[in-house]
Formats: sequence, C-alpha cells, structure tokens
Amino acid sequence: MDKDAFLKSFADQFDDTDPASITLDTKFKELEEWSSMVALMIIAMADENYNKKITGADLRESGTIGQLYERISSR
Amino acid sequence: MPVDIATISAVAYYFPSGELTNEHLNVEFPEWSVEKIMAKVGVSNRRIAAQDEFASDLAVKAAQKLFADNNVDPVIIDYLIVCTQSPDYFLPATACIVHQQLHLPAKAGAIDINQGCSGFVYGLGLAKGMIAAGDATNVLLITADTYSKFLHPLDKGNRSIFGDAAAATLVSSNGAGAAVGKMIFGTDGSGASNLIVKNGAMRSPKSADVDLHTDENGNFYNDNYLFMNGAEVFNFTLESVPSLVRQILEKNNLMQDEIDVFIFHQANKFMLEYLRKKIKIPVEKFFIWMETCGNTVSSTIPIAIYQAIKNNNIKKGHKVLIAGFGVGYSWGGTVLYF
Repeated sequence: MDKDAFLKSFADQFDDTDPASITLDTKFKELEEWSSMVALMIIAMADENYNKKITGADLRESGTIGQLYERISSR
Repeated sequence: MPVDIATISAVAYYFPSGELTNEHLNVEFPEWSVEKIMAKVGVSNRRIAAQDEFASDLAVKAAQKLFADNNVDPVIIDYLIVCTQSPDYFLPATACIVHQQLHLPAKAGAIDINQGCSGFVYGLGLAKGMIAAGDATNVLLITADTYSKFLHPLDKGNRSIFGDAAAATLVSSNGAGAAVGKMIFGTDGSGASNLIVKNGAMRSPKSADVDLHTDENGNFYNDNYLFMNGAEVFNFTLESVPSLVRQILEKNNLMQDEIDVFIFHQANKFMLEYLRKKIKIPVEKFFIWMETCGNTVSSTIPIAIYQAIKNNNIKKGHKVLIAGFGVGYSWGGTVLYF
C-alpha cells in the first residue's frame, strides 16, 4: 500500500478543497469540506483500491491522514 | 418458477405534502450546495409529515390509494400488518388504528411489526407465511414511517437523506401478480447502537433537550434524536449486501444474470452505486428511485417497485431481486416473479 498513492486517492474525494493543500499531516476532520458523506467516500476508496476496511473508530481516532494510513496499512 | 403460494397483486404509496428541498437545506447549511447534495445523496427533495400527521395517517392514505387505484374492496382484507418504527403510540398498535380508519372487517387480524430498512421484506415474509399456512387470503402490508420527527433540526447529514412516506402492498393467495420467491433473512444486533433513537422508550426516557453535541462529522444530535454512525453502517452494508444477494440467488436457484431488475433499499445514491459496482450489477438492471422523496426507510422498496412497473423497467415475466438492509442490523431479500 503506497503512501503517496493513498494520499492522492484520499485528496481525490474532495471537490472543493485544493488537492495541493492536502498532505499526510492534514487534520482531515478539520477540513471545511469534511462531512459524513466524504467519510463514506474514503471508506469506499480504501475498499475498492486496497481491499482494506476503515472503521468508524479508525476515522475517530486518527487525527491526520498519515495516522489513518498507518492504522490501516499495517493490517 | 416457484409455486405461487403468495403474490404481490397491488402496490401504492403516499407522500405527505410537506417538502424539504436542497434549496431549503442550502439556506440552513450554506456550506452544502444544492448540486452537491444532489450529486452525493441523489436526493433533490424529501417529503415531510406535518406536525399533526403521523404514521397511521400516512398508512391510511396509502391503503386508500391502493384500494381506489386497483378497485380492491377492503372487505377482502383478512389480515393487516403495519411495519413502523415511529408508531402513533406505545399502545395500541398503529395497525388497530389503521384497521378502524380503513373500515376493515372485524374478522381481520391487525398487528404492528418494528423493523426499518429491511421491514418490507420482513413484512412480506410474514404475509407469505400467513397465506401459506392457510390462515389468510389477502394480507395488507403497510410500511409507514415519519423519521423526520426523529431528526434534530441541525443534523444536516440525516436531514439530507431521510423522507417520510407510507406504502401499501396487497399480498394475495389467488395467484394474481408477482409470486414471492424463497426468502433470506439475517440479523446482527451488535450494530444496534450504530443506528438508534436511544431515548423515549422504557430503558432510556426522553431527557431535557439540552447538551447538544456534535459527532466527528459535524452533525448535531443528542440521545433524544436519531443517531447514525454512517461509517459503521456503510461497512455493514459492504460486508452483508454482496453475500445477501448471493444467498438470495442460491436459495432461488438462479444465476445473477437471470435477474432482470435489482431493487435494493434506497439508502443513498452513493452507497447504492458503490454496492452496484461491487456486486457487478449492470447499471441498466439496477433501479434507483429516491430523487424526489429521499430514503423512506421500509417504504423505499415498494415505492421503487411501483415506479419500476410504471416506468416499464419491470415487465411481465421479469425476475426482480429485492434486498433490504439497515437498522438493527437487519437484512433480508427475495426474488419476485412478475
């Protein structure tokens, strides 16, 4: 599971946020565009691209995109 | 073809007159554009029950429409099932109130069942069982919910999804209409807390409406209102629905490509599209109808069946796979042979 590819796929789920402003250190739940619907899109992206499950707890307990990546890539 | 033990001989539905459009939502939540709500949720308008309009009111209207449109004499109904999670009262059963309002025969049984997004399938299973047992000949199954009354005004996520409605379905022993195939059911109560209205019943009475809090996605709620952990519910559907579809096909001895139309519980457009791709259902066989009414819980499947027949997506001879899944967690499905 490639970190940069994950970051790009993560950023692709946003319509109104500049992808260049989204980094592994971004606190994603603080993004203005973050919503329950974006959360579903991130879960679908991880399922489709990596066959990985992102749980509600993963989203709740990860601050940054990098932390979310570490949680799910080790599985 | 299965033996025509029980058939769906008529379907009708009713929407309350109140509306909640994307334009209304955009005024309250400017960060969500009209187009964006439509693109993601697949809904442009939801129908909302009035303050003094409840599940029994919607149920009666849906049944009256079924009787009028199909020239059905209410005297033939010998059993009434009302599926609701927003009943008029704790007791009596909403079905008894509906029975009285519809002037159904005194010899007809009437009972409520409490089930949500899988409720139509469960009601259909019970209706089929009553008929198979020889204890009923014409079962009126009504799904009716007013989830809007469970939603906090600031809960933009759920307000963008749910609408109120009732649907009436006549399940008969006379062989007319679509035969109901073998059914699959399933339950996982470990998901109970992920989609719940916690307060208001015995275990947890309604509290003073203070301490409003926000979930990590910016939706406001407290335990007096509906709470949905969207991430967990979505994961549940990703795990359960593909296997539900497989089981329905196996139990009915059908291959996936023998199904003409797939009708899933209309949860939201994004989730439906993702499930469709995951299960590899061609887009032209996958019927979605929720744009003007939203997710109406147990009524989504009968409403979609009605529209698919009207739009000529369902024709005589078609095999239609229906699948309900959600709150509980609970799931179920079958094949309808038109």
